[in-house]
Amino acid sequence: MSKKIWSWLALVFGILYFGLPLLGTLEFSLKMRRGVYSLDAYAAVLNDPQFRATFSYSVIMALFTIVLGVIIVVPTAYWVQLKYRRLRPFIEFITLLPLVIPPIVVVFGYIRLYNTSSWLPLTGSAMGTNILLMFGYATLSLPYMYRAVDTGLRAIDVRTLTEAAESLGANWLTIMTRVIMPNVLVAILSGAFLTFAIVIGEFVMAALLNRPAFGPYLQIMGANRAYEPAALAVIAFAITWACMGLIQLVTRFQKFSRVAR
Amino acid sequence: MAFLDLSNLQKFYGTNHVVKDFSIGIEKGEFISFLGPSGCGKTTTLRMVAGFEVPDQGAISIDGQDVVRLKPNQRNIGMVFQAYALFPNMTVAQNVGFGLKIAGKPKDQIAERVTEMLALVGLKDFGARYPFQLSGGQQQRVALARALAPSPQVLLLDEPLSALDAKIRVSLREEIRNIQRDLGITTIYVTHDQEEALSMSDRIVVMHDGIAEQIGEPFEIYNKPASRFVAEFVGTLNLIDATVEDSSTGRVKVAGQHLELGRSLEAVNGATVSLALRPETVRLGRIADGDQTLTGLVEEVSFLGSVVRIKVALGGNHIVLDTFNRTISKPPSIGDQIEVSFPSESVMI
Repeated sequence: MSKKIWSWLALVFGILYFGLPLLGTLEFSLKMRRGVYSLDAYAAVLNDPQFRATFSYSVIMALFTIVLGVIIVVPTAYWVQLKYRRLRPFIEFITLLPLVIPPIVVVFGYIRLYNTSSWLPLTGSAMGTNILLMFGYATLSLPYMYRAVDTGLRAIDVRTLTEAAESLGANWLTIMTRVIMPNVLVAILSGAFLTFAIVIGEFVMAALLNRPAFGPYLQIMGANRAYEPAALAVIAFAITWACMGLIQLVTRFQKFSRVAR
Repeated sequence: MAFLDLSNLQKFYGTNHVVKDFSIGIEKGEFISFLGPSGCGKTTTLRMVAGFEVPDQGAISIDGQDVVRLKPNQRNIGMVFQAYALFPNMTVAQNVGFGLKIAGKPKDQIAERVTEMLALVGLKDFGARYPFQLSGGQQQRVALARALAPSPQVLLLDEPLSALDAKIRVSLREEIRNIQRDLGITTIYVTHDQEEALSMSDRIVVMHDGIAEQIGEPFEIYNKPASRFVAEFVGTLNLIDATVEDSSTGRVKVAGQHLELGRSLEAVNGATVSLALRPETVRLGRIADGDQTLTGLVEEVSFLGSVVRIKVALGGNHIVLDTFNRTISKPPSIGDQIEVSFPSESVMI
């Protein structure tokens, strides 16, 4: 009985801890018009051309980062699972590094290595800097993407499926695209949505590389306005939750999933 | 040269020598089983034929072509795995047609072949289902159809029935054998189940510690085992210690009782030899004149349905014998003193 009370207490505490600040932010975002609740702050944000420009930029960057992440992570995790299991601790260590090394260190490293007087002057052009930023985002999302994909691969018998496909004449590319990837699609999407959420909210790299991303826009708004930052925070949360909802939807409607429908 | 020729195959994992100088020639349409305990090298040998492992030494040729350097997807070999290995994201029909699609066959040809293969394995109406909607036996049938669809030169089966329950195992092994016979496809079947190997194979390779201990037809393997390992591994075997009394006439002593084996023995008088007897050659009581008889105490009686297995103590030795379960005769009880008999020619030394 007492165990149950503690469980309930923990749940209530959790809801209050996470829910109250959100509720406060939401309430504040609706108070732009004096004396009544309104969506004025949201209207102001959504009508701001800067919002649309920065948000679009970040969405495009997120999509490219996801593609790059999938290209790097899926084959790596696949080969580690299939042939190089002994390398797993090493690869896991590498993928965890972005959690330990602050983004500011990474971005200063980039600027130092790829400045206009270096052998590869990526920061010399907008496109080059965008590419550099995409690599930075891919690095930041590496721990989440790798773990999601690795968990998905562990859930299927990668080795036997690969061998079965090989014995039927399939080459490496066919095995990856027709056998492995469709079976870890949910895991890839989980990693992709996490990457999306990271890129949308990232500030340090975009600000220091001077790119018109959503993170720096959030910061500028936060420094200069009252109600709009709260509306932006709620929008950002809504995007994240929508991403998570999409993961659930994909899992639920995947035809070959064992999940009860 | 045989259709599928494995000669002097060697495989090491680090310092572990898992396949030692393995050679066999397999004729077209032959059904060969690799039989042995876990770790004997049977699956490794199969995987070398499939191309998933590269032999450290030796040659593998199919229809005269050396395939050692060919990748698995270039060998035209069909393989059925213990864990079915059906692609979960594809329907049964897509699974069966996968190899044909890879080979670039036209859609109508693929559809026709898929229907033919599904009919062959008795799953004509299951094409639209996903693997998770099938039972284990059905999944393995689909795996067989998928392996056979591209008309491979050789079919490899790696313990395909191990994950299935006993009844399905028996029915499916008959189906596999019938399909193999109908198609005349050269087949290697890996198993640790002697019953499967004995009932399905044209020839059996009994493997132990990376070596082919004996290669022969099931009858030969069972009745004329080439080594003690083969005798012990294939079927149940009674091993009795006996002292040679007269090696020229084959008279030996077991637990103070005399046996006349009727043939000369290589061991010298006074030496201890092991006599081996299959349980089915030993009878309860004295059946025929000339049979050798031993008296002992019943130690265990196990009811196995159609058969009753009786364990009899003979001094320090034991004899296990199987007798049919007949409702009119009650089996002996534990502690009873009984006679067991067997023809002298059934004794292996």
